[in-house]
Amino acid sequence: MTLEELAVGSAAVVTTVGGQGALRKRLLDMGLTPKVTVSVRKIAPMGDPIELTLRGYTLTIRREEARKIEVRPL
Amino acid sequence: MKELTFALIGNPNCGKTTLFNQLTGSNQHVGNFPGVTVDKKEGRVRSHPDVVVVDLPGIYSLSPYTAEEVVSRDFLLHGNPAGVINIVDATTLERNLYLTLQLVELRIPTVLALNMMDEVRANGGYIDVAAMEAELGIPVVPISASKNEGVEELCSRAIRAAREKALPRRVDFCTGEVHRAIHSITHLVEQKAELAAIPARFAASKLAEGDPLMADSLHLTESERHLLEHLLSEMEAAHGMDREAAMADMRYTYIEKLCAQTVVRPGDTKEQLRSVEIDKVLTSKFWAIPIFFGIMVTIFFLTFGLIGPFLNSIMEEALDLVALGLSGALVRWGVNPTLRSLVLDGAFAGVASVLSFLPTIVTLFFFLSLLEDSGYMARVAFVTDRLLRRIGLSGRSFVPLLIGFGCSVPAIMATRTLASERDRKMTIRLTPFMSCSAKLPIYSVFTLAFFPKHRALVMCCLYFGGMLVGILYGLLLKNTAFKGNPIPFVMELPAYRLPSPKSVLLHMWEKAKDFLVKAFTIIFVASLVVWCLQSFDFGFNPVDDSSRSMLASVSRLIAPIFIPLGFSDWRAATALVTGLSAKEAVVSTLSVLLGAGDAELPTLLAGFFTPLQAVSFLTFTLLYMPCVAAMAAVKREMGGWKAAVSLMAQQTGVAWLVALFVYQGGRLLGLG
Repeated sequence: MTLEELAVGSAAVVTTVGGQGALRKRLLDMGLTPKVTVSVRKIAPMGDPIELTLRGYTLTIRREEARKIEVRPL
Repeated sequence: MKELTFALIGNPNCGKTTLFNQLTGSNQHVGNFPGVTVDKKEGRVRSHPDVVVVDLPGIYSLSPYTAEEVVSRDFLLHGNPAGVINIVDATTLERNLYLTLQLVELRIPTVLALNMMDEVRANGGYIDVAAMEAELGIPVVPISASKNEGVEELCSRAIRAAREKALPRRVDFCTGEVHRAIHSITHLVEQKAELAAIPARFAASKLAEGDPLMADSLHLTESERHLLEHLLSEMEAAHGMDREAAMADMRYTYIEKLCAQTVVRPGDTKEQLRSVEIDKVLTSKFWAIPIFFGIMVTIFFLTFGLIGPFLNSIMEEALDLVALGLSGALVRWGVNPTLRSLVLDGAFAGVASVLSFLPTIVTLFFFLSLLEDSGYMARVAFVTDRLLRRIGLSGRSFVPLLIGFGCSVPAIMATRTLASERDRKMTIRLTPFMSCSAKLPIYSVFTLAFFPKHRALVMCCLYFGGMLVGILYGLLLKNTAFKGNPIPFVMELPAYRLPSPKSVLLHMWEKAKDFLVKAFTIIFVASLVVWCLQSFDFGFNPVDDSSRSMLASVSRLIAPIFIPLGFSDWRAATALVTGLSAKEAVVSTLSVLLGAGDAELPTLLAGFFTPLQAVSFLTFTLLYMPCVAAMAAVKREMGGWKAAVSLMAQQTGVAWLVALFVYQGGRLLGLG
């Protein structure tokens, strides 16, 4: 499944990070790498973007990006 | 002893600015990096006057994608810093050290500053500094920038490292296939890297990531590129990940191991837990938007309704006193009336109009610094992102655009906090379409004259009309000048922290100084020019009747441009020209030229324009180029007159077209 489909409050392990170019590089640089554990904390009031926690900090990305990240739920 | 230059670098929100302020106090100079509008802050260290610190933009990685990353990289590679001070947030160490691993490859003496150690300790955490030093091969100094703890030790360790030219003792953090690939690549490009003055190891890592800039800056030949590709494909096959992911994975795997050995972290810190609680309200489904608008309304009320006018009235009284004294003195010295008018109505009025922006700017930036430094601005971006995405911007642009409704000058200056140069430039282009508060007197007089029963409705239409044109213009920009991939909206939500008064005050001071220095000349000269045009005819004889002035002649010349818009009278054109010095001037000019007192103006206007002409005039006034103070800000933030002039031309063009559409459309509907 993708990170976008992950329910609020649940955690998963990233398997692959899709996308390309600057965007993908940014996701990887921010620590969204394969094998990392990430959980979804919240969805923004207007339904997008989403709030994640990983590596001890809080990150927000848009659904569009979350859709490109494959995860394995824990 | 020789002067030392240090580069200060770190992630956004890690306390870099606080540390920079602690180090340099008010000995700062803010400029731009060459060719881009990315802040370059420089300052001398208070306790070591022979040490200069350059504050590089906050970045997460030395990737080649944003202007911020590129200028940081260029400065580190070619700016010859004697040392690097890498500041990291010790409460989110894993992500922060990612940049560190890239920095040590640069072969520059580097010191790691572990910031926010007070928070780590208060939370029962522990970092084995000695072990981390041994592992990373660079000096590690625990500090708390906001409490000024450890900063002096950081300075002395950094200076010692730079004087002794102590290079990082370790650059190798990789294992397995990635290790093999990087070593082969290092070998392959060693000579080319030396020729290009780029550390071979850094070059190899960047090539291994598939960095498009690096292969070009090394001038690799076709066969070298071929071999490189071969090495990388082999690595990808063996590692089971593509090159970008493999390199990021390699660094993070090392960092995880390092943190497991040296860091004791008993869960989230107090500040992080508190932030989660605060966000349960501030970014909640129901309260987020009302609270945000509540905060903005409060800021607007305080800035434009309370503190701004209060400061302004004090300043005006002071200025009046000076003007009175000056005028008396000029009379006493027997200065002739024209020169007296030049000094008082030209020069002094110019100074006063520059200063009149100051209270707003200072007050607004006080609040903006609070929003930014507390961490709330990132939440605003989170909440409003969806609204701005359609026009190719992110939620980060929301606050600057909103401030545009108050005054374009601080709004344009506020775009500095946007994370990317592209977003900054695009936001600046859209800001002037948000109707600023100086246009309110114009709307007020016109609606009173033409639509006394529907004043609020007409004003709302104007405000929303401006926003609508801004949105359409944004869509146009997104598909033309700003085409291509926008910078991704991948944003950290930092923990809420109390802003440090020192940082807030310095920020206010910096913005005020910036505005005064940069805008003074432009606004001052513009006021003098307008005064000259108003007071003389072409023979430079002083005129009593303003219809014979140069301004009137020039306006008569440009008036035909407005014929298709329905108002060809030179007096309307004159009002628009004087409106460039400040938009309120449109009203005062019209009342002078129509020979009206303040009370009679609406009546006279009703005879001067038809309602449709008035709407067309209002539309043009709403959208045409901003005042000179805003232009000065645009010039500064867009990095030159060329960009500023193009913005002026585009906005005036848009205004002309929309007013044409309104007037001719109205006529077709039989409203004229």
